[in-house]
Amino acid sequence: MTILITLIPLLPLLGFIILGLGYRSIPKHIASIIGPGSILISFILSVIVLLNFRFSPFAFRFFDWISFGNLSISFDFLIDPLSILMMLIITGVGFIIHVYSVGYMSHDEGFNRFFAYMNLFIFFMLILVMAANYAVMFIGWEGVGLCSYLLIGFWFKNQQFNNAAKKAFIMNRIGDLGFLLGMFLIYKTFRSFNYVTIFDLAKTMSPGSGAITAITLLLFVGAVGKSAQIPLYTWLPDAMAGPTPVSALIHAATMVTAGVYMVARSGVLYVLAPETMEIMGITAMATMLLAAAIAVFQNDIKKVLAYSTISQLGYMFVALSVGAFTAAMFHLMTHAFFKALLFLGAGSVIHALEGEQDIRKMGGLKNAMPKTFWTFLIGTLAIAGIPPLSGFFSKDEILANVFSSSQPMWIIAVAVTMLTAFYMFRLIFFTFFGSYRGNGHPQFSNIHESPAMMTIPLMILAFLAFAGGFLNIPELMGGSRVLKEFLAPVFADAVKLNQIPHMPVPERREWFNIALVLFLVLLMAFRAFRKFGDLKPDDGNRISGIGARSIFGKLAENKFYVDELYDAVFVKPVLKVSGALHEFIEVKFIDRIVNGTGTLVVRFSNIIRYLQAGHVGAYMFFMIIGILLILFFNIIL
Amino acid sequence: MLTLILILLPLLVAIGLFFIKNERWARNLALAAALIESGISIAALYTYFNFCHCQLLFRFEWLANYGISLKFGMDGLSMLMTLLTNFLVPVVIYSSFTQKVERASSFYSLIILMQAGLIGVFTAFDGMMFYIFWELTLIPAYFIAAYWGGENRIRITLKFFAYTFSGSLLMLVAIIYLYFHTPLPHSFDHIWLYASNLNPAEQVWVFLAFFLAFAIKIPIFPFHTWQPDTYVTAPYSGSMLLGGLMSKMGLFGMIRWMIPITYPVLNRTDGFFIIFPLIGIVYASLIAIRQDDLKRFVAYTSIAHLGLVAAGAMALNAQAMQGAMIQMVSHGINIVGLFIIIQYIESRTKTTSIAELQGIALKAPRLAVLFMIILLGSIALPLTNGFVGEFLILLGLFKYYWLYAAVAGLTVIFSVVYMLWMYQRVMLGNTNTVTESFTDLSWKEMIPLIAIVIMIFWIGIAPGMFMHLAENGVRQIIGVVR
Repeated sequence: MTILITLIPLLPLLGFIILGLGYRSIPKHIASIIGPGSILISFILSVIVLLNFRFSPFAFRFFDWISFGNLSISFDFLIDPLSILMMLIITGVGFIIHVYSVGYMSHDEGFNRFFAYMNLFIFFMLILVMAANYAVMFIGWEGVGLCSYLLIGFWFKNQQFNNAAKKAFIMNRIGDLGFLLGMFLIYKTFRSFNYVTIFDLAKTMSPGSGAITAITLLLFVGAVGKSAQIPLYTWLPDAMAGPTPVSALIHAATMVTAGVYMVARSGVLYVLAPETMEIMGITAMATMLLAAAIAVFQNDIKKVLAYSTISQLGYMFVALSVGAFTAAMFHLMTHAFFKALLFLGAGSVIHALEGEQDIRKMGGLKNAMPKTFWTFLIGTLAIAGIPPLSGFFSKDEILANVFSSSQPMWIIAVAVTMLTAFYMFRLIFFTFFGSYRGNGHPQFSNIHESPAMMTIPLMILAFLAFAGGFLNIPELMGGSRVLKEFLAPVFADAVKLNQIPHMPVPERREWFNIALVLFLVLLMAFRAFRKFGDLKPDDGNRISGIGARSIFGKLAENKFYVDELYDAVFVKPVLKVSGALHEFIEVKFIDRIVNGTGTLVVRFSNIIRYLQAGHVGAYMFFMIIGILLILFFNIIL
Repeated sequence: MLTLILILLPLLVAIGLFFIKNERWARNLALAAALIESGISIAALYTYFNFCHCQLLFRFEWLANYGISLKFGMDGLSMLMTLLTNFLVPVVIYSSFTQKVERASSFYSLIILMQAGLIGVFTAFDGMMFYIFWELTLIPAYFIAAYWGGENRIRITLKFFAYTFSGSLLMLVAIIYLYFHTPLPHSFDHIWLYASNLNPAEQVWVFLAFFLAFAIKIPIFPFHTWQPDTYVTAPYSGSMLLGGLMSKMGLFGMIRWMIPITYPVLNRTDGFFIIFPLIGIVYASLIAIRQDDLKRFVAYTSIAHLGLVAAGAMALNAQAMQGAMIQMVSHGINIVGLFIIIQYIESRTKTTSIAELQGIALKAPRLAVLFMIILLGSIALPLTNGFVGEFLILLGLFKYYWLYAAVAGLTVIFSVVYMLWMYQRVMLGNTNTVTESFTDLSWKEMIPLIAIVIMIFWIGIAPGMFMHLAENGVRQIIGVVR
């Protein structure tokens, strides 16, 4: 069994190595078997692991990594319900996206390189979730950052894309430093990096202790970077520079969920740090609101989805911040389904429109590409939370948990749900309804549905986005909570230790909340329909943006100028300081002192003159001879 | 005996090379000698692990009256540094084959002489021997830079020579001073020197002398200003030897000599001296961001990286020191890799200016991949060599004082900023007139880089052997400190 489990991450690595070494010699049709194939086998193995799992987590050692003295960091894997769930999502959704990519990237000259990077990404992501200690988790944590860099900057001829790639890596690294320091404090406090050891010790500590608060805060900084929360979220919208399947895989379905996974994994620590939970809650609320507001005013199909991702991640962190770990993981899963679906659908549209991403130049595509339309519609309904699609159940679970802990938080979460419905329906009306506004670029009659290689993955994902929620139907509706029971052992300790008060909510009130939220969502959908339901090319005002009219709209359309702010506060000053340090401190100060001292010495000594006048060659030669003679004579004599 | 052979062989070869007129022969002989030397050090490693775990000690009473003996040996630290030297020297020599070198016999003779000096420094267990070999390395380094260097070489190498030489004179004074405070009969043997009896004030003076000598050699901020100029003006082989190996002499000296002898000063000053390398990390990283010349860029990144190692060495705990040892090896490997790549770029484009380059990856995917891997090692991505050392150093520094780790940890962010920006401007984007006819690496050119990449992953994924070697020496030194 352990060999099979080890193969799960190693196969994608092998795929990477083969495709990487043969990036010029391996023909495309073979690469398109190796790339997705390695992930498919990993997925099948993950399913086998699931079927053989007997409800007792187990860890095993792959090899010894860094160890000396009493420090031992070994490459350990932990198999428990949480890691199995993540493995299934990563390899399952990952495989579907790989298959889609075969179609999407078929004309790209970097085909092999693309699949090499994608496989490497899956490898690191699997390491991240399968690790049994924080150090190995960090390998995956940094590794996905690297792959994200490689894939965002995949078309590296374009320096704009390269800037986006670099930005992603740097922002991730800022978070990584927090993660690293958190790890060091963990080691100092618990003398170990192993989850089991740490959590067992932590359970005995009193809530709110300084060390645990600091640890959780530092780890959360890491999560903020990876999962694109305020203030480190600006890399994610830019990350859309990469090919669209990359956006689906990395920036929606998997990598950005790493932060959520990490916090859930460290649940025991987090529930013992109420202050951290509070900070996390506030950060998450601010993030989801801000991102949803920006999404409403974006006109790039991928940008809307990108901000939507940030917002939905905020949703998951809100759940975590009240200790609703299962709810967060549930939403993580359903989000992986419908967000991957939406991105791939967007990719299909972009593919058909020869690269056009501006929704103002789309419209009326529902008849031209019906498969893409219907699947996209399912994704939209799912993310908007329309029953019985998956998003309805996962959002409801979060909302119910939030409601019982903090009603102000609940109100904000509901507001975000409304915004989500609005911008998603806006997106779908702009793209698929009304009449075509592309101005002949390309000709409407030339727009065709994407090939089966791309639409079949869309259909599979649509099915998952539709039915994924049935895994966890709340008791309220008389459902079985498969997922909750599956994950229960992982979160048992965290739930027991949770400090956040939960008020019992009467059943009637719960039903009322559900109905209210549903009503508001439908209202927003209707509003979007009224505004954008039937756009024509000459509807200038409505098309050019609702933003133009209000100050808020203008700010949101320009993403509240946060990028410009960072540029002015961090990037430009650092560049200035860099130049100034070199010019003034280095050359004109330190070096001048050194040279001054030197000159002074030269004036008062003859050493230098002696050196310059001497015959250097001879000097050197005699020196060696001398040393050798000394050595020899002393050994022989 | 193996230790002695390791020192004598390159000394003899260096002399022999002077008399070889045929330049092709000279360089091939140099490479052969360097490879044989590598073979011998692997034999030494084998002996070390399988037969004795001893120190392969060679000892000969030389000037018994003065307590000077030819004492050379190999504990884990020496073994590690010897292996690094004997790995890098052949790589350096081989990578110079693609260049045209004038007066090749002298050039290679000096490189091999440098190798002898380095091995002597790393294996000396006698204070006087340490000093002699320390100075011996300066001679070839100076001549390589002064004869085969570029612009302004006389002025720059003179500064390099005078600066480092004055540092080492201070060290000589300190060693002799220590000698007179060793237990009777006085001796330069390292055990005697460790046992020297100094009062606190004397300790401070001896410490300062050592610290200055090593700080200049490494170099540590603010004693580093000779270094960027020297790296730029020296020929590539010279920069590789300086950055890859000579800088390690200073760090090694700290760990082998300064810390066991004068650690009470470090304890009493409560981490004050760690502040210098810490400033250096931030300072040099910031400066590196805007550098336009690739060699100067590498020089500044090197100050930042070595600052981290020095901070780790002085944190006086096993983890940080262990990390420092591993990071010395990794840094040596990575910086040589970077210089080789810059050498290839310059030989094709005749420039090292970042602003003039662009889009090389389009023309040279092999170069781009190898460059990227070495870069990942430099930014300490997990599973590359840079991570193991950096992680341990930061872990140890955190144990010492968390704020130091937080400041030193900024290198995690800075390294990505300067490295990726440089890579983006040099390798990515579209080609321009300078790079449009750039040719990819030949197999011959790839060999040294592949060797380096293998080491990057070896140390990064399975650092066991290197950890074991370092642990053996670090435990002894931490034992003295405790």
